[in-house]
Amino acid sequence: MKVGVIVFPGSNCDHDTYHVLKHVCGQDARFVWHKDSDLASLDAIVLPGGFAYGDYLRTGAIARFSPVMRSVTEFARKGGPVLGICNGFQILQEAGLLPGAMLRNRDVLFLSQPVHVRLERDDTIATAGIPVGTVLTMPIAHGDGNFYLPEEELNRLEDEGRVVFRYATRDGRLEDAANPNGSARAIAGVCNEGRNVVGLMPHPERAAEPELGSADGRRLFEALVGSLVRA
Amino acid sequence: MLRAQVYVSLKKSVFDPQGKAIHDALRSMGYSSVAEVRQGKFFEIALEVGDVARAREIAEEIARKVLSNPVIESFRVEVEG
Repeated sequence: MKVGVIVFPGSNCDHDTYHVLKHVCGQDARFVWHKDSDLASLDAIVLPGGFAYGDYLRTGAIARFSPVMRSVTEFARKGGPVLGICNGFQILQEAGLLPGAMLRNRDVLFLSQPVHVRLERDDTIATAGIPVGTVLTMPIAHGDGNFYLPEEELNRLEDEGRVVFRYATRDGRLEDAANPNGSARAIAGVCNEGRNVVGLMPHPERAAEPELGSADGRRLFEALVGSLVRA
Repeated sequence: MLRAQVYVSLKKSVFDPQGKAIHDALRSMGYSSVAEVRQGKFFEIALEVGDVARAREIAEEIARKVLSNPVIESFRVEVEG
C-alpha cells in the first residue's frame, strides 16, 4: 500500500509517521511535499503533526492553502482514506474536511503527556476492526486542542455517530479530570460523513512500539492499512 | 494606498482561555473592577488601492477567507479613507 505523508514547512512528526508506516507496518510510505499536487498513485494520506507554517495566525490556517490541500480535498471527496494527527487534524478542520475548531487548551498550557482515549466508532478508516469501548494510551502534545463546536452542531455530530475518540480514564470512564484540554464532550477525534477522513489530537505514531511505552497507536495504522486491503 | 484595520475576536458564545487567564491575573493584581477580558487579534493591511469601497471589499474577503475561522471567530473591518 502506498501511503503518502504530507510534509509542510514546520511539520515535525513526519519522520515518525513515515517510520511507523514503513518499518513497523511494512507499507510503502513516501513523503509528499506540500507543493506537490499529484496524489493519484497513493492509496492513503496522512497529515502528520507539527507546527505547519509555525501555526502563525491560527493552527493550520495557512497550511490549508498549500497547493497539496486542493488535491487532498479531491482525494477525500472521492472516498480516499485521510488521517490527520494533531496539527494534521487542525489543518483538516481549517480546510473544512473535518468539523469543529480548536481553542487554546482550557488551562492555556501546552500539554505534553500520555492520555487515554476511548474508541467510540469501529466504522472509520482508522478504527475498523477495533472494538468500540477499547481504551488506547497515546501521548498528546499541543497547545490548541480544546475541541469546539456550537451545541446544536455537537448534537448533530453525535447523532451522526462521528465522534471517534473521547478522552477517558484508563478504564474508559468519562470524567472531567480525564479531559486534559477542556474539549467539548471530551472529543479527541472525529470523522467526516463518509468516515474516510479521520482526525485525532493524540499521536499514535509516538505510541506504536513497546519500546515507547505503548504500542496502542499501531492499531490505528494497522486499521488504516486494513481498510485499504478491503477496499 | 489605503489602510484597512481588521479586528478578529472569538464569538461571544466561545470560551476564551487566554482572556480568562489575563482576567484572573488582573484581579490578583488588584483590579477588582475588571469584569471580563476577551483577547482578539488586530491586523493592519496596507492596500495599493485608491478606492475605499474596493479596499473594504478586499479586506473583508481576506478577513473572511483567511484571518478568521467562522466556527469560532467573528471580525470587523475599518478602512481609513
